Amino acid sequence: MANAGKTNVLLETLVLRILAIVVALALFGVFVAFAKANPFEVYKLMYQGSFESLFAFKDSLERAAPMILTALCVALPARMGMVVIGAEGALVVGALAAAAIAIPLQGSSPMTVLSAMALSGLVCGGIWIMTVGGLRYYRGVNETICSLLMNYIAIALFNHFVDGPLRDPQSLNKPATLPIGDDNALGKIPWFQDGKWLDEGTGVHWGFAFGIGFCILAYFILQHTTTGFSIRTAGGNIRAAKIVGLPVGLLTLGTCFAAGAAAGLAGMVEVAAVQGNANAAIIAGYGYEGILVSFIARHNPLAIIPVAILLGGMKASSGMLQRHANLPDASVLVLQGILFVVILASETLYGRFAIFKAKEKPKSAPPAMPAIEGAAHG
Amino acid sequence: MTDLKLVRSFSTKVFSAVLLTALTLILPAVAEDKPITIGFIYVGPRDDYGYNQAHSEGAAVVKALPGVTVREEEKVPETNAVQKTMESMVHQDNATLIFPTSFGYFDPHLLKVAKKNPTITFLHCGGMYTEGKHPTNVGSYFGYIDECEYVSGVVAGLMTKSNKLGFVAAKPIPQVLRNINSFELGAKSVNPACTTSVIFTGDWSLPVKEAEASNSLIDQGADVLTCHVDSPKVIVETAERRGIMVCGYHASQATLAPKGYLTGAEWNWGKVYTDYVNMVREGKPWPHLVRGGLKEGIVKMSPYGTAVSAKAKEAGDAALKKFMDGNFVVYKGPIKDNTGKMVIESGAEHAQTDIALEKMDYLVEGVIGSK
Repeated sequence: MANAGKTNVLLETLVLRILAIVVALALFGVFVAFAKANPFEVYKLMYQGSFESLFAFKDSLERAAPMILTALCVALPARMGMVVIGAEGALVVGALAAAAIAIPLQGSSPMTVLSAMALSGLVCGGIWIMTVGGLRYYRGVNETICSLLMNYIAIALFNHFVDGPLRDPQSLNKPATLPIGDDNALGKIPWFQDGKWLDEGTGVHWGFAFGIGFCILAYFILQHTTTGFSIRTAGGNIRAAKIVGLPVGLLTLGTCFAAGAAAGLAGMVEVAAVQGNANAAIIAGYGYEGILVSFIARHNPLAIIPVAILLGGMKASSGMLQRHANLPDASVLVLQGILFVVILASETLYGRFAIFKAKEKPKSAPPAMPAIEGAAHG
Repeated sequence: MTDLKLVRSFSTKVFSAVLLTALTLILPAVAEDKPITIGFIYVGPRDDYGYNQAHSEGAAVVKALPGVTVREEEKVPETNAVQKTMESMVHQDNATLIFPTSFGYFDPHLLKVAKKNPTITFLHCGGMYTEGKHPTNVGSYFGYIDECEYVSGVVAGLMTKSNKLGFVAAKPIPQVLRNINSFELGAKSVNPACTTSVIFTGDWSLPVKEAEASNSLIDQGADVLTCHVDSPKVIVETAERRGIMVCGYHASQATLAPKGYLTGAEWNWGKVYTDYVNMVREGKPWPHLVRGGLKEGIVKMSPYGTAVSAKAKEAGDAALKKFMDGNFVVYKGPIKDNTGKMVIESGAEHAQTDIALEKMDYLVEGVIGSK
């Protein structure tokens, strides 16, 4: 019985989410028509730019990578009832920490350098958001405002160190930290093809695999461990959680640490796999995109993966729309905005359609009847 | 590599680059109408009245050539997004020539993609190509736009009544410092009492801070503003609204300030791009490094605005002519920085191509502000 209920919730979520995306695309078509482009041509271009070819698909996946990790930074605290939007700050801090630790480690093996960078990014990003959680729990500071303001602090710190103490003197016109070195770069995920492993086979960097791993781990802990149950309980009703003796403070700090660590890792990947150093280009808004992904995924770590890929696809298709339909860059932002609004609006529809409940009622009613009849006969 | 060697190899390269550009000018343009698809990538919106618009105007010139298809993408950040855009242009649009126009695209993004696609030509704006170090399908170009700043400074120096000029700058990097210094040196050459106050906003595109900086400079008495940010739009508009004068940058902002626009430093990418496209289409060897100033036609001045006096026009034209003649040196000692330290000794001089200027880390005497 419980299983039947669960399947219906999943079905309901899927149908409503897909419906919302279709409605958003239709509204976007109207917008596009006003911009004097053919909506159907535009849909076709979007598909070509995001998922049609293997090349386009890889493009979408790699663009999804940082968003998966920053979305986790929003999703995990959300499960504890906190709206944290500080992924951008944690990413920036993680990137700076990763680039900084690579400097004294020059000459060590790439594995040592990369492990230290990852650890540094994870821990510093984690502490960053843990501060937000701590201020929330112990001092009652609003976590949303706090995390937003901490983004600005993180960016200011980042700029200070990159333009100042950590600046590579060779980086004249584009201030950056010392390069981590080509040998220490984080490469692409290998792929098994024609009986052997190809080093750069997938063309998608390791950040994507880290994101998937982090999501699965987060899902497992949340849904299948007592810790996860405690987190969800505290998120549902913090008073009840305290009354039953759950260590809510510790859970808040731990959840926020894990959240910040995810975003910090995204920062490390940007340094190690993309830029090769820390420079201002890392502040690219991945943290803010993560908020959108997490909300669309209803803060479910597993749902984050397909949602991020979908949004990665949208970003990939943006170029196609610009280059072939002469639409402005802002058009994909318009689509993202429409999507966000439609999805928030669709939240009100949950539980209102009989179809998703229909199966439950007839099943629960009939068994009761024979019992009564049997009793009467007896 | 020692400094001397670097200087020598650099100046030979510049010389050959200039020579090659000159050659293509002399030779009759016999561009075949062989179809070619060209990609242009911008870091900001292409109608920003600034850096990106200047490139986009250049792309528009190329677009008008027969047989040329232009694919443009704007607001591409300096992340792996630009790597993906370049690859998409190669794989999805069949572009064989790509102009990634932002400085930060070069290392590591353009270099990575260029290595993977050796048959495609990548021409980058920034002048960062080093022979032997970078792939041979890569080229880089840049202009000595501080020559224009010098001319703007001359005009501003004669137009100001308060003797206070204002400069809104993005970051204290060599390129920007050089523009500020040339502007002040130009102004001082005609009006020794003239000072330039500078405010750094910290990044290339921060419209709110740029407006605050402009207002603050005007409140301090500046009556001519200029700037080095990606989009001068808000600065030019603020100057016009406050009733003071302004010199433009990157592209012409004359339409934004019909009353107060004096002149401005503009890129002339249309010429650079046409030259490159013709060479690539004809299969001719193209220069890996193109650098030049007013004389080479890589930069140009905005036409004088209505406010400019006859005297200022005359002095501006005279300064322009000195650059056109090609023997004028802006950075000629003695030059002190604004802390009183001698930075260029008396008798020493740095010509435009001198690599010492690429490392500029000072503000000259007369500039008020610190890096």
